[in-house]
Amino acid sequence: MSITRRTLLALSLATGLVAPSITMAQAETVKIGLLATFEGAFTVLGEDGERGAMTAVEEFGGKAAGMDLEIIKGSSDASPDSAVRAARKLVEQDGVKILVGPLSGDEGIAVKEYAKTQPDVTFINGSSAAQDTTFREPAENFFRFSTDGAQWMAGLGTYAYNDKGYKTVAVVAEDYSFPYTQVFGFMAEFCKAGGTVPSKSWVPIGNKDYSSVIAAIPDEVDAIYVALGGADAVNFLSQYQQSGGQAPLIGGSITVDQTVLTSKGKLRDVLIGTPAAGPTADTNDSPEWTAFVEAYKKQPNAFPSPSLFAHAYYIGMKAAVLGLEEVGGDLSDGGAKYREALAKLSFDTPTGKVSLDANRNAIADIYLTEVTEDADGNLINKMIKVVEQVNQTLGIDEAEFRALGAVSRENPSCP
Amino acid sequence: MSNVAFSETGPARKNWVERLGIGHILLALFLLIYPLIASDFFLTTIGGYSMVLGMIALSLMLLAGYGGMVSLAQMTIAGIAAYVIAIFGENNSNVHGFGWPWWIAAPLGIFLAAVFSALFGWIAVRTEGIYTIMITLAIATAAFYFAQQNYTLFNGFPGYSGLRAPEAFGVYWREPVPFYYLCLSCAVIAYAAVLYGSRSTFGLTLQAIRDNPRRMRAIGYDVTAHKVFAWFLAGIIAGTAGVLLAWFNGRISPGTISVGPAINILIIAIIGGLRHPIGPFVGAVVVVLMQTFAIDIVGAERFNTLIGLFFLVIVFISPDGILGLWDRFKPAPDRDSWHSRPDGTGV
Repeated sequence: MSITRRTLLALSLATGLVAPSITMAQAETVKIGLLATFEGAFTVLGEDGERGAMTAVEEFGGKAAGMDLEIIKGSSDASPDSAVRAARKLVEQDGVKILVGPLSGDEGIAVKEYAKTQPDVTFINGSSAAQDTTFREPAENFFRFSTDGAQWMAGLGTYAYNDKGYKTVAVVAEDYSFPYTQVFGFMAEFCKAGGTVPSKSWVPIGNKDYSSVIAAIPDEVDAIYVALGGADAVNFLSQYQQSGGQAPLIGGSITVDQTVLTSKGKLRDVLIGTPAAGPTADTNDSPEWTAFVEAYKKQPNAFPSPSLFAHAYYIGMKAAVLGLEEVGGDLSDGGAKYREALAKLSFDTPTGKVSLDANRNAIADIYLTEVTEDADGNLINKMIKVVEQVNQTLGIDEAEFRALGAVSRENPSCP
Repeated sequence: MSNVAFSETGPARKNWVERLGIGHILLALFLLIYPLIASDFFLTTIGGYSMVLGMIALSLMLLAGYGGMVSLAQMTIAGIAAYVIAIFGENNSNVHGFGWPWWIAAPLGIFLAAVFSALFGWIAVRTEGIYTIMITLAIATAAFYFAQQNYTLFNGFPGYSGLRAPEAFGVYWREPVPFYYLCLSCAVIAYAAVLYGSRSTFGLTLQAIRDNPRRMRAIGYDVTAHKVFAWFLAGIIAGTAGVLLAWFNGRISPGTISVGPAINILIIAIIGGLRHPIGPFVGAVVVVLMQTFAIDIVGAERFNTLIGLFFLVIVFISPDGILGLWDRFKPAPDRDSWHSRPDGTGV
């Protein structure tokens, strides 16, 4: 009796472990993996990234080169390990040949490292924007059509110094590679213009209590540069407001994004008038942008205006599909032809022309914005000006730019 | 209660099939031929990873099942070994990476993990029950934030990447099949060691201390020393798993040792069952399968809810986890010697 039951256990174990590996093979579909943060502190951001990617899929009617697109989702929690685990599942189990994602800075660097071990799979970045994802030790099969965090800051440092008149600025940012990159982009211009940054506070992702950070901000600063995302930004801003903080703010790209601007609470007074820069501007009135906003709003639970995550995933997914059409959906050679087509791809997005440099990083337009209230009382980013075709070295000569060193807590510095 | 365990070896000697138990033999056969039927993904990301998590949960089962000490710091202990591999072995993060060969770095990692485990245990043994959980949770949380914010030793949020499994005896041990067998042998050794250890003098003493520490102290046993040594042994198992984890992921970052994964280990042990060393491995397979495939069943928005509900149902139906379910439908208890459970009555 006990033998048969044990045999049953073994059999059920066996079938349980093996059965899911039998996957349905269909010739006329292309599988695309979609990797975003559907858990953890950046969940809201990840969900908007998904809406952006699905906007692109629906724009093409769910087809590329006559083949159906099958989108398979993978979830991470913004830690590099979880991103690699999710990517591994999509590539090795689901068999995707194209993967769009991930969302966050260090995830991008980790997935790039993983990409090197999967030369036949094409990785197209979602919204992760750390500099070294493409700038140092790039992977041949990793493409970024969405520009990096330093590029997003183009024009902001100069604007803050010359037009806003801020001479000293304190920095509050999350402690990982994307905010390093953003601070680098901001300070590159701000310090060059003559500004100083006496204090930088690096806080862990998911931090809840900012009282010690707020207390550490020097009194004499003209403004605070805040590069926090999602729930972190909301927590910091509301605690800063509650503690009676008066200094004006300068926003990182994701700090005054729609994911934060739509949050409830008394953030309005703190946020209105905050300058920021990024790849999108809500009041952009070009017909391409308006058309994109309309298409985006058809997605479930969409924000009044797409966040930069929706925008970045939209561009990544659109590039993936355009590349597929270019090669007629042919990925049979391990995707070599496809990647060649992607590298040469140049197309018009809702925010202007995008093309790639030699490291497969995007060259695109960047928008300088300021937070205002629109007619319906929603907070939006008003477009101040467009900085056209910003490249990864921010217009600096590449050798000189490389000599500035890798972004980190300490680099750059101008106390 | 320990009489049962002793008397088993007394009467007529059993042949090796009976001593091992038919279940073990079938399971071993299945695990040995598993690479023939499984894809690479099922070999490493499900099979290997389950065994690594199973070993970490086994170290918790050892402490909780035999010692009555529920620890939330087992993932941290595994993480220590993984960080040692990263710091003393090779990495491509350009921080530390002394390039020591694996046969020094890996044993060093396991040893340091065991030492830290003993240290944690030494702090925690002065407490009991819920307070042990609180102290180990505090240790795990502190270690996580320290690793995340310290750049000189732990390289902060990104941690270390580019960790490579060794190429030894002409085999690259991160290839799917070698890695699977590597995990399998480590898991089997740990499993057998815990089974054997539970019937050793030390194991029985530990169980007696769990049941009545005051009486054991009264008859002259050093209760603290026994408990701390149990932590040391658990540290060896968790440390070994930590080394495998570093080779499996090829990287280590604070995300691996954060509070979520630490609690995950407890979930694995509870889901599987704390009464027998096979429990943590069963739990690990179930949890890994759920966490990998739940997103395909209900989509990206609600998959964590499904995982939570599933675990809730298991614990609701059977407080002893999956092992408890198994017991419930089992007609007669067989008492062959390899099947003792923590209270020595046989499963």
